[in-house]
Amino acid sequence: MNFQKTLKATLLGASLAVIAATGASAKTLVYCSEGSPEGFDTALYTAGTTFDASSKPLYNRLVEFKRGTTEVLPGLAESWEVSEDGLEYTFNLRKGVKFHTTDFFTPTRDFNADDVVFSFDRQLKKDHAWHEYTPGTAWEYFNGMSMPDLIKEIVKVDDYTVKFVLNRPEAPMIANLAMDFASVLSAEYAAQLEAAGTKEQLNQQPVGTGPFKFVGYQKDAVIRYGAHADYWNGKEAIDNLIFAITPDAAVRLQKLKAGECHVMPYPAPADIADIKADSNLTLLEQQGLNVGYLAYNTKVAPFDKKEVRKALNHAINKQAILDAVFQGSGQAAKNPIPPTMWSYNDAIEDDDYNPELAKEMLAAAGVSDLSMKVWAMPVQRPYNPNARRMAEVIQADFAEVGVNVEIVSYEWGEYLSRSKDVDRDGAVLLGWTGDNGDPDNFLAVLLGCDGVGGSNRAQWCNDDFQALIEKAKAVTDKAERTKLYEEAQVVFKEEAPWATIAHSVVFMPMSSKVTGYVMDPLGGHWFDGVDIAE
Amino acid sequence: MLRFLLGRLGLLIPTFIGVTLVAFSFIRLLPGDPLDLLAGERGISDERKAELMAQMGFDKPLWQQYIDYVLGVFQGDLGTSFASKKPVLDEFMTLFPATAELALCAIILAVCIGIPAGIFAAVKRGSVADQAIMGTALVGYSMPIFWWGLLLIILFSGILQWTPVSGRISLMYFFPSVTGFMLIDSLLSGEKGAFASAVSHLVLPSIVLATIPLAVIARQTRSAMLEVLGEDYVRTARAKGLPPRSVIGLHALRNALIPVITTIGLQVGVLLAGAILTETIFSWPGIGKWLVDSISRRDYFVVQGGLLMIAGIIMLVNLIVDVLYGLINPRIRHN
Repeated sequence: MNFQKTLKATLLGASLAVIAATGASAKTLVYCSEGSPEGFDTALYTAGTTFDASSKPLYNRLVEFKRGTTEVLPGLAESWEVSEDGLEYTFNLRKGVKFHTTDFFTPTRDFNADDVVFSFDRQLKKDHAWHEYTPGTAWEYFNGMSMPDLIKEIVKVDDYTVKFVLNRPEAPMIANLAMDFASVLSAEYAAQLEAAGTKEQLNQQPVGTGPFKFVGYQKDAVIRYGAHADYWNGKEAIDNLIFAITPDAAVRLQKLKAGECHVMPYPAPADIADIKADSNLTLLEQQGLNVGYLAYNTKVAPFDKKEVRKALNHAINKQAILDAVFQGSGQAAKNPIPPTMWSYNDAIEDDDYNPELAKEMLAAAGVSDLSMKVWAMPVQRPYNPNARRMAEVIQADFAEVGVNVEIVSYEWGEYLSRSKDVDRDGAVLLGWTGDNGDPDNFLAVLLGCDGVGGSNRAQWCNDDFQALIEKAKAVTDKAERTKLYEEAQVVFKEEAPWATIAHSVVFMPMSSKVTGYVMDPLGGHWFDGVDIAE
Repeated sequence: MLRFLLGRLGLLIPTFIGVTLVAFSFIRLLPGDPLDLLAGERGISDERKAELMAQMGFDKPLWQQYIDYVLGVFQGDLGTSFASKKPVLDEFMTLFPATAELALCAIILAVCIGIPAGIFAAVKRGSVADQAIMGTALVGYSMPIFWWGLLLIILFSGILQWTPVSGRISLMYFFPSVTGFMLIDSLLSGEKGAFASAVSHLVLPSIVLATIPLAVIARQTRSAMLEVLGEDYVRTARAKGLPPRSVIGLHALRNALIPVITTIGLQVGVLLAGAILTETIFSWPGIGKWLVDSISRRDYFVVQGGLLMIAGIIMLVNLIVDVLYGLINPRIRHN
C-alpha cells in the first residue's frame, strides 16, 4: 500500500508537472499535436502539421488572415497599393520588426525589404543560391499555386518598400501572400548559415519574426517554443508553448483529460459526446473550408451527358452518407465551395434525393443497364473520413435506380495519379481543403479548363463557367467578383460535373482553462492570442 | 571457436547483399512515388515531376541507383530523408536509443517473469497453477496490442492516475540528449525527479511491449523444461538424492535454457526493429513509427537505409546468440 502511495505520488507529480509549471512564474501551454513536422522551413512543405509547427508560431507574412476568418489584414506590410492594370503590387513594410534572438542567432538589424526579396527569390529563381539548398527542395506549394508563372520579379524599391511585378492580373494575389509558403525568413540569418557552410540548418533551427521563437525539437516527441519578447504585435500572454507529439487520437484525449496537455486537434468522432459531457473540457467546432465530391468523367459516355450526371445526383441519399460516414460531423454540400466562403450562392437548390425521378431521367437519356466504377480513396481525409463506406452507400443508392457499381481503389499516390487520366474509367471520390479562402482556389483549381488532366478530376471544361471564373480572377472589386462566382455556381449546378457530397465539421477540444483560442477556417492551429486562466 | 566465429561472420556477407537488394527494391516496387504524395490532391505536372526526379537522382537507371546506394553505405552515407532533408543515419541514431531502451526494458521484464513462470508451470505440470500460467500466456500472446495499451492507459493513467499517459519524460524536464537513453540522460542531467519521471514513463509501454515475448518465453521455457525433466540424467540426479532445487536449477535448467536463449535472441531482434503499435500508442519517438511513416511517404532513402540498419542489428543479435549457443552447447560449435 505504501508502495502504491509513493508510486502514485511520484508519478502523478511528474505527469502533472506541466500544470505546476504554469504557475505565477511562467505560463506554459501544451498542445498535443497529431504528428511531427517534416522541417521548419515552411516553404519546403505542403502538410498542415508542418505548417502548424513552423509558419504559424514562428513566422509572419506580408499580409495575415484575420484570426478565425479568411479576411486579409496587414502583417509585415502595413499597407499596399495595386496598380491600375493589376500587374504591380507595392508593399509598404512595417518598421521596427525584430527577428528572434536565439542561442544560434543574434540579429543585428530589423526586418526589411531584403528579407522579403530573399524569402521569395529563393523559391522563384532557379539560379538563386538557396534554390536547391537541401536535397529534394521542391517548393511545391509555391509551384502548385503557379507562382513561377505569375510573378515576373520582386523588386526592392527601398529598405521598407517592395514591389511584386506580375505577368498577368491575379485577384487572389493578396490572399496567396497570406499563405504559409509566403512566410518571411531572415536574410541575415541565411547569410550567416551560408558563410558557415551549414545551409541545411535553415530547416532545422528556424528564425522568424512570429509570436514564438524556436527553442528546441526532440524528433517525434516534443517541440518547444518561447514567447518572442519583442514581438511587433505585443508579447504573448503565454511564456512557453510546447507541442507534445501524440499520434493517436484516443491517447491525445486521455492526455487532455489527465491535464498533460491543454489543447488537442482531431478528436475521434466517437469521442465527441464524451468530450461534450466533460465539464473540465471545452469543445469548439467549426465548418471546415472543404468539400467532398464524386467527380464523374465528363469526357466518357454516358457521363458526357449532363442529364445522366444530374439523374445520378438525384439518386444519392446524402443524409444516409452524413449519418454513416460523418457521424454528425458533416453537412450536405450543394455547391462546390463551402458555405463559410464568400460568394457562396445559397439561392441554389440542391438536387434532392429522388430515386424515382433519377430512374425517369436515366430512361429519358436512353441509359439502361448502366454499369460503372466508383473510386474510393484508401485514406482518411478531412472532407471524407471513410471513402470506402461512402462508396458503399452510393453503390446501394445507385443499385436502387438500376445502376450497377463496382468499387475500386488504389494506393493513395497511385489513386491521385491515375484519377487525373482524361480517359479514366469511373467516377472518383475526392475532395479539397481551401488554401487561402478565395473562391478561385476551389473553382479554378478543381473545375477550370486548365485543370483537365490534372486537378480537375471531372475533366470538365465548360466555356460559360470558364469565362466567368477568368473574369472574376482579373477584376479586383470584391462585389463584382462575388457576382461572377455566384453565376459560376449556377452553371456548375446545371451541368453537374460532380455530385457534391459534404463539407466536414471540425472539432477542437481543450481544457476549459484555455481562453482566447479561435478556430481557423483554413484548418491551421494558431496559439497567438491564447491564454490560460489561473 | 575462431573457425566457428569466422564461419558465422562469413554468412553475414550474402545476408548483407540480400538485405540491400530487398531494401532497395521493396520500396520501389510499391505503387506511387514521393512526389505524387507530396503534391496531394493538387497534383503535379509531368514536367515538374521529371525535373524533381532528376534533381533527386531517381531518373538514373535502377542498377546505377543501387550501386550508388551500396557505395554510399560503405562510406557511412545512407542518403538524405526526402521529408526532413536530414541524413538518414543521423535520424536513425537519434531515434534508435528510444527504441533500444524500451526494447531492453521489455525484454528484461519478459525474461524475469517468463522464465520463472515457465519453470514453475513445468514443475507443477497439470496443476491449476500450470493451467493458469499457460492460459494467461495464451491470452497475452493473442492480445491485440493496441487495445491492450489503450486499456492500460485508461486504467492506470486515466482512472487511477498512477502513470503518465505517454511520452518519455515529463515536459517540465528539458536537458540535452547525451546518450539518447532517457534513463541515463535523466540521471546525468542532475535534475531532481527527472529519473523517476523517466521510469514512470517506461512502465506502461514496457509492460505492453513485453506481453507477447513474455508469453512466448514462458511457453518455450515450460516445454523445454518438460523435455529435460524426463531425461535420464535428471532421473539420475534425483536418484542420487540431490534436493529438487539443485536438480531443477543446476541440471535441468541449464540444458533447458538452450532453446530459450534462441527464442530470447529472436525476440530481442524483433523488439529492436521497432514496435510500431507500442510506439504509436505511447507517443514513443522510436524507429518503428519513423519507418512506417516513411513507407507511407515513399521516402526511399529512409526506408532502404532504415531497413538496412535494422537488419544489421538483427544480424548482430543473431550472431551473438549463435556464439552464446556455441559456448553453451559445444555440439553446435563442433558441428
